[in-house]
Amino acid sequence: MVEKREIMYRDALNEALKEEMIRDDKVFIMGEGIAERGGSYKVTVGLLEQFGKQRVFDTPISENGFTGAGVGAALTGMRPVVEILFVDFSMLVLDQIINQAAKFRFMSAKTASVPLVLRTQGGIGNGLAAQHSQSLEALFYHIPGLRLVMPSTPYDAKGLLKAAIRCDDPVIFLEHKLLYMNKGEVPEEEYIIPLGEADIKKQGTDLTIIAWSGMVPKVMEAAEILSKDGISAEVVDPRTLVPLDKTAIINSVKKTEHVLIVQEAVRRGGVGSDISSIIQEEAFDYLDSPVRILAGLNTPCPFNLNLEKAVIPQVDDIVKAAREVLYIV
Amino acid sequence: MKKYTKDFLVSLYTTMYKIRNFEEKAIKLYRDGLIRGYFHPYLGEEAIATGVCAAMDEKDYITSTHRGHGHCLAWGADLKIMFAEVLGKENGYCKGLGGSMHIADYTKHNLGANGIVGSGVPIAVGAALGISIRKEKQMVSTFISDGGSNNGSFLEGLNLAAAWKLPVLFVIENNQYAVSTPIAESTGETELYKRGIGFGVESVRLDGNDVLEVYNTAKSFVDRCKKGEGPFLMECVTFRKSGHHVNDPGLYLPKDKLDHYELHDALLIGKKYLNELAGLSENDIIDIENLAMAEIKEAIEFAIKSPEMSKENFLKFVEEY
Repeated sequence: MVEKREIMYRDALNEALKEEMIRDDKVFIMGEGIAERGGSYKVTVGLLEQFGKQRVFDTPISENGFTGAGVGAALTGMRPVVEILFVDFSMLVLDQIINQAAKFRFMSAKTASVPLVLRTQGGIGNGLAAQHSQSLEALFYHIPGLRLVMPSTPYDAKGLLKAAIRCDDPVIFLEHKLLYMNKGEVPEEEYIIPLGEADIKKQGTDLTIIAWSGMVPKVMEAAEILSKDGISAEVVDPRTLVPLDKTAIINSVKKTEHVLIVQEAVRRGGVGSDISSIIQEEAFDYLDSPVRILAGLNTPCPFNLNLEKAVIPQVDDIVKAAREVLYIV
Repeated sequence: MKKYTKDFLVSLYTTMYKIRNFEEKAIKLYRDGLIRGYFHPYLGEEAIATGVCAAMDEKDYITSTHRGHGHCLAWGADLKIMFAEVLGKENGYCKGLGGSMHIADYTKHNLGANGIVGSGVPIAVGAALGISIRKEKQMVSTFISDGGSNNGSFLEGLNLAAAWKLPVLFVIENNQYAVSTPIAESTGETELYKRGIGFGVESVRLDGNDVLEVYNTAKSFVDRCKKGEGPFLMECVTFRKSGHHVNDPGLYLPKDKLDHYELHDALLIGKKYLNELAGLSENDIIDIENLAMAEIKEAIEFAIKSPEMSKENFLKFVEEY
């Protein structure tokens, strides 16, 4: 019997990097302030000391340049993990990600591969204002050739980052700024979570709530409140948006016949809309009420902390929307 | 005067001749409707790819540009597979999925042409970063145009290579025009090698139509890259003898420059070297050209006869995307 161990999301990521760097000397990491400083969110603490400056190093503030360097290194046999401090800054690297990394395997008729992991961090929280508070997963979700991972727990973060590093295709690994200090159970022994497998975070029978990344803890809290009112919510966390575990989603929908999708990103053109369209195409006859999407407002994020809360779903909003989906008002 | 073997001089000339005639025949195929899409000829710039690639060895890497056929051929690409790709055929370098702007041969360390001007530069820097981490004796040459040198990708890549002391040779092919805009209208300093100096990179400017001048400079930089002294930059001044792509007649190219470069042509200079340094007669040179032309004609026949990928096979191929 292995003793249960709880660690933080950021430490789980650190362990994944460490284990993969020990396993494969082609793995190296670069980013802004990730070496001696250990990264803004302390994910890379201690790695410089363990692996040396050849494999753990700081970059100039040249996101496009060093992400492109990651693409080139990946194309020629290395397995780089590139850290972009904020997903907002990844807007500077879209050429290298979308036009280059996502295309090479296809355009080379599968003679090339780009095993690059782009680790970055998004979401809203802590009053960082409009240029540091965005959920931009829909941009990457849209692009064929990319994998897209958004873990919500320390366990998922570790197992999925290890899988991402071993993936032969470019992976956008999107962390959430409010999750780094969250604690969760992570076993001592090694494990991997394959990309494309959803996790049922809570079993339930009355409605399916689909959420990922920073929305999952809020949805879990809402599900607790609902259960006190006798409503049994099933919480499905896709964990990877590309590939998307459609089977797990559809199976849950068939069971509960009611769906609420909770998305932190703005409502317009979001991943939630696509999941909703998949459900109506593949499980329409099972639905007992329209699929509901609770999402961020179509607006940039305000700086003021109270207003910041107003632009994205809160626990109370989730509870209310869930009741509406079930016509229990 | 440095000594060169006859074989070496013949191989330089043959490569330039093949590039010139690959482009000219391909333009004809384009006009006949057999090649579609965009096609950017390397006419007039042949000495640069030829001289630089001759200075490298097969363990090294190159990244190319949207005007990339010359780099691929100088790197040793097979004419048949090249023609098959630009015709969109299944036995082309990319099975017809890439086309003119995306020809690459990763197994042979050609990291490919690139449809986005400037974007090959950070990729080259990354290949060099891998070399440096693995502590291998290899280097990377990245070709970039004067137009591309105004892109942030080039400037960021140059700075990264300088900061990290990577084995990269930046080769600016200054053909004096970015599509139709002359270099003097694009920057306040038209001597582009000075950008390298600004980043602490040893940089030179030279005649890009003189294949031996290109080769000698490249050879010294390539060797020094492998000793860990990189990066380096060479600005090769040349002239694009045609429009930006096949459908651009290039009416903005001034006649006096066209006339000047007609006499200062890469192939004429190459021929002069065959004559003066290798003692070859006009007839000897015609024999070399005929041999190369026979190969080109055979390659075109091969490509025209080659099949296209079927829709069924393509749909199977894309399933996972």
